[in-house]
Amino acid sequence: MAEPLLEVRDLTVHFPTDDGLVKAVDGVSFSVARGETLGVVGESGSGKSVTFLTVLGLIDRKSATVSGEVIFQGRNLLELSEEEMQDVRGSQISMIFQDPMTSLHPYYRVGEQIVEAIRTHQNLPKRDAWQQAVEMLRRVGIPRPEERARQYPHEFSGGMRQRAMIAMALSLNPDLLIADEPTTALDVTVQAQILDLIGRLKDEFDASVVIITHDLGVVAEHADHVQVMYAGKIAEYGTRNDVYYRAHHPYTWGLLQSITRLDQPRQERLRPIRGMPPSLIFVPPGCPFHPRCPYVMEVCKTEVPPLLSEDGTHSSACHLTLAEKERIFEEEVAVKS
Amino acid sequence: MGRYLIRRSLFLVLVLVIVSFMTFLIFYKLPPGDPARIAAGRRTSPDIIAQARENLGLTKPWYIQYGRFAKGLIPCCGMFLNEQVYFSYNNFVPVKEQVFDRLPVTIVLAVGASVIWVLIGLPIGVMSAIKPRSARDRAGMLFALFGVSAPVFWLGYVMLYIFWFQLSWLPGSTLPIDETLFESVLRGRFILPWVTLSLTFAAFYARMTRSNLIETMSEDYIRTARAKGLSERRVIFKHGLRAALTPVVTMFGLDLGILLGGAVITEQVFNLPGMGHYVVDALATNDFPAVMGVTVFAALFIIVANLVVDVAYAFLDPRVRYT
Repeated sequence: MAEPLLEVRDLTVHFPTDDGLVKAVDGVSFSVARGETLGVVGESGSGKSVTFLTVLGLIDRKSATVSGEVIFQGRNLLELSEEEMQDVRGSQISMIFQDPMTSLHPYYRVGEQIVEAIRTHQNLPKRDAWQQAVEMLRRVGIPRPEERARQYPHEFSGGMRQRAMIAMALSLNPDLLIADEPTTALDVTVQAQILDLIGRLKDEFDASVVIITHDLGVVAEHADHVQVMYAGKIAEYGTRNDVYYRAHHPYTWGLLQSITRLDQPRQERLRPIRGMPPSLIFVPPGCPFHPRCPYVMEVCKTEVPPLLSEDGTHSSACHLTLAEKERIFEEEVAVKS
Repeated sequence: MGRYLIRRSLFLVLVLVIVSFMTFLIFYKLPPGDPARIAAGRRTSPDIIAQARENLGLTKPWYIQYGRFAKGLIPCCGMFLNEQVYFSYNNFVPVKEQVFDRLPVTIVLAVGASVIWVLIGLPIGVMSAIKPRSARDRAGMLFALFGVSAPVFWLGYVMLYIFWFQLSWLPGSTLPIDETLFESVLRGRFILPWVTLSLTFAAFYARMTRSNLIETMSEDYIRTARAKGLSERRVIFKHGLRAALTPVVTMFGLDLGILLGGAVITEQVFNLPGMGHYVVDALATNDFPAVMGVTVFAALFIIVANLVVDVAYAFLDPRVRYT
C-alpha cells in the first residue's frame, strides 16, 4: 500500500464537563489510502463523528483536550493554525452532514452557497464561479441546474439538498470527502441513490471517501474497509469481506444480527444488542463492551483488549482467541446473517 | 407581491374597524362622567348641558355616533380626525391641530432613540454572543440587566441630575418656545431623552441579539459554513447574523411603531410637548376627544408598522412567501 492520504495516530478527544470527563474518542488509530472508501460504523456516542470533526478541526479546541496526530498529506493537522486549517477545509478535505434539511443556510440561494465555497479557495470572478456551481449541480444529477441554482434550499427536496451538499463539498475537488451519516435523514429509496452518487463521484474526482454511519447495511456495498467503533475506541477493522463474512468482535456480531433482512424467514426475530451504549464519562473498566457482551469472561472486566491484527489488515479488540471467534461466528452469527 | 399587499391591507382595515369599535365603546359608552357635562364646563346650567349634548351628537343613535367617530380614522378626503368629533373640550381647538403640532417632537424622540438603541444594543449582543461566558459577555449582560431593570422615570431624573444639574454638560428638560424643533435638536436638548428612552430598548435588543446569535451559531448550516473553510468572521457576520437579526428587525419595526404613538414617561420626565405628554394632559382633564385622537393615531402607527414589518420579513426570509 502506498503512503496513506490520511493517517490518524492515537487520537484522543476528551471534553471536560461539569459531570466529568467525556472520553468521546479514546486512542484511535487508522488510515485512509488514496482512492479508498472507508466505512465507519457505530452507535450514537461511539465517537465516530467526533473523530472526523476533529480531523477537520471543527471541534472547539477550548472545550476539548485533543492529543495524538492527524497526518494528512504529510502535515499534522492538529498543529496547524486556524488560518491554515481554513485553507484545508473545503478545498482538501470537505464534509457533508447528516441532515440536509438544516445543513444549508435557509437565507441564501443554493448556487450562492456553492459559489461562496469556490470563491473562498479560488480567485475566480463571480460569473465563472457561478458557472462552475451550476456545472457541479449538473454533475450530482440535479435536473435544470441553472434554474435550481437560483432557488433557496427550502425549494429542494431532502435528496436534492443532499445532492447540493455533495456538489458544494466536491466543488473544489478535495482529496478527502467525509460523509457523516449522509443518508440517515433520507427516504430509503433516496439513500441508495445518494450512496451510488458518492461512489460514482469518488471515482470521477479521484477522491477518498469516509462514510460515517450507524447502519452496517449502508456501507456494505461501497466501503473498501470497514471500521467498527464502540465507546470511543475501534472495536474491529478490516476489509468489507472481513467484517461481513469473518467478523471477529462480539459487537460487530451484534450489529450484523440486527440488520433487517428480507431473505430471512419471517419467524426469525431480530436480535438486538442488549443494554445501552455506555456513558462516555463512566466507561466500563476493561473492555468497554463487556457489560453487553454475551461471551464475557473475567479478563474482559479488568483488562482493555488491544486492537490486534490477525493477518495484517483485519484486526479486532477482543480477548477471545482467534479460534473461538471463528467458531462462534460460524456457529451463531453466519447462519443468521 | 401585489396580491399579498392587498390582502394585508384588507386585514389592516379589519383591525382598524375592531380597534375603532373598542375605542368607541370605551369612550362613548363606558366613561364615568357625562361627556356633555364635561364639555359644557364648570359653571353651567341644564340648558347648556342639553345644548352641548345636542352639539356633540350624543342624542343621535349609537351607529350615527360611531359613524362620525369612525370617519376620523380614514386618513384621506379631509375626514381624518374630523372636527365634528375630534374637537377638544378643553381649549376648543381641533384635536388634529394639536396632534400635528406634537407629532414632530415624538418622531424626533422615537427615531433618535431607536438609532441609539440599535447602535448600542446590537454590538453588545454580538460581542456577548461570540464569546459566551467571557468577561465581555458578562459585562454586556450586566449592562442589559441594568437597562431592563432601571425604570425610565428614575433613569430620566438621574440623567438630568448628573449631566445637567451636576456637570452642566447637557441642557435640561423642556423645549423653549422660541426655538424651532431643529434648533432644539442641534442644541442637544434631545440627547438626554434619547439616551433615557433608548437604554431599556438597547438592553432588550442586546439580550435578544445575543440569544438569537448563540442559537444560530449552533445550527447545522453554521457547521457547514465552517466546513467550507470560511473565516470565523465571515461565518459570524454573513451566516450567523443574517439569520439572527431577522427577528430583531421585526421587533424594531413594532417598537418604533408603538413609540410613535407617544413615549409617555420620557416625554413627561423631560417635559417634551409630544403625543405622550398630550395624552396625559388630556386624560387628566377628561378631554375625551383628545384621548381618542391620540388613540386613533397610535393605532394607525402600530398597524402600519405591522404591515411594514410583515413585508420586510417576507423580503428578508425567502421561506416566507407573499401569498
